[in-house]
Amino acid sequence: MSDQVVLVDESKIAPLTESAGERNTRRAFLAAAGAAGLLYTAALAYPIYRYLASPEEMALSATAITEVTLKDAQKLPLGSVLMFRFGPAPAMLIHHADGRWVGLSAVCTHLGCTVQYESQADRIHCACHGGVYNAYTGANVSGPPPKPLTLYKVAVNDTGVQVSRA
Amino acid sequence: MTTKTIPAAPKTAAGAVYDWVDERLGLSELAAFARHKKVPVHSQSFWYYWGGISLFLFLVQCFTGVLLLVYYRPGVEAYESVRQITFVMHFGWLIRSAHAWSANLMIFAIMVHMFSVYFMKAYRKPRELGWLSGMALLGIASVFGFSGYLLPMDELSYFATKVGLEIPNAIPVIGPIVASMLRGGPEVSEFTVQRFFALHVVVLPALFLPLLGFHLWLVQRYGNAVPPSEEAKPNWERKSIPFMPNFLRKDLAMWLISLNVLALLASVFPWALGKQADSLVPAPPGIHPEWYFMSPFEMLKLLGNVLPGESGEIAGILLFTLGIGLWVLIPFYDIKRESGQRARAAHYFGLLAIFALLATTVIGYWTIR
Repeated sequence: MSDQVVLVDESKIAPLTESAGERNTRRAFLAAAGAAGLLYTAALAYPIYRYLASPEEMALSATAITEVTLKDAQKLPLGSVLMFRFGPAPAMLIHHADGRWVGLSAVCTHLGCTVQYESQADRIHCACHGGVYNAYTGANVSGPPPKPLTLYKVAVNDTGVQVSRA
Repeated sequence: MTTKTIPAAPKTAAGAVYDWVDERLGLSELAAFARHKKVPVHSQSFWYYWGGISLFLFLVQCFTGVLLLVYYRPGVEAYESVRQITFVMHFGWLIRSAHAWSANLMIFAIMVHMFSVYFMKAYRKPRELGWLSGMALLGIASVFGFSGYLLPMDELSYFATKVGLEIPNAIPVIGPIVASMLRGGPEVSEFTVQRFFALHVVVLPALFLPLLGFHLWLVQRYGNAVPPSEEAKPNWERKSIPFMPNFLRKDLAMWLISLNVLALLASVFPWALGKQADSLVPAPPGIHPEWYFMSPFEMLKLLGNVLPGESGEIAGILLFTLGIGLWVLIPFYDIKRESGQRARAAHYFGLLAIFALLATTVIGYWTIR
């Protein structure tokens, strides 16, 4: 009797415990299904990401610009400023009272406000948090800005002003 | 999977979070409700998926609609912004195509859902409000379609809107006022686009969403209706499966199939953008309404042949009002559970409606020049 019981038990247990092969098949199946799901999600997400990132990509191609020609800017009066776009970002061309030309980024290095040239004080001021920059070099003089404004190269001729990356 | 296991020993962090949320929102009551929810299984079970498919396509509409909203500009720039979406923004054509295709598929799915409910007589007590809210949802969905069609402001959408607004215009006395309120002036213009836009993205969703919530709540409350043939069977012969997870799994599989069909259609047959609308350019040859408006359009045309002029228009509108009225009010005159004369009449009325819809649609497409 006891022999028979043992035999029956074995046959009952055998199908319940999976062999290493079966376990591998199931693991492979789950891995494949998971990978297919990931691929599917990626195939949905990729066009949506690219769609939403389109303006960013357009701006990137604009950032690649290294030179801007400002037509007729040589007529800019002494002690005044011309705001323009260098690629996507605001920039300023200053014609100082002493006749010197300076091209600078107009984006405050603190939190990105557009800065203002003040001709009386001959300085650059940011109204957002009171940052002050040197109007010749762009160096951060006082207030919160951590870095100087980017200085551009300026070339003046009879038809306009060329501003380029230094 | 017994109810007793839930409060027991969740010492893990996830278990603690579950308990915290459960104590405040009663998740386990919801889980218990979901466990007891059953879906009948019979030869007509296939039709149970179509409400879910409609819902899924509506969600796709919301999602792709918000994506289009990112770049779309109503008013004077409408056409230019859609041109930009279609040809400049990466995959913009695909998003727009998916929105347009999904809109059409959604109307189709809602129609299938409606006719299956009709022939299964699922509108009978206590589901009358389900039928009525469903009809209202279909009505709003077609206004969604009509208003959305104008938004690109290309040739086709311009003329479709011009012609479409002739229908309210034909209503006696108040018609011209209604039409010009919708149009925002005597002609279809940037003002029309602007107000159709407001309608399409604010007013209609604000009406649709609560109504949809009500419709779905009713489905939860009364469960799936079974067709009369199934109802006639004794209880022990009827089969059902649990909603969680068996039916839900099948439902989700249907959603995945719908998404694949949509992706295929949207990418292989991208939605076209015509020339910019110009009132001075004559209507292009072969211009015709969208398929779901083809049938009423053709019926009006056929009726116009029999009764020319204004009398034909008024007769057409009366006939439509009567037909739609009978259709909407079906739960109130086909009420008996036993299949009597009225039940048979309702059945034939449904067949007649399908026949009329199909026949006029076919004639409509056949006679496009």
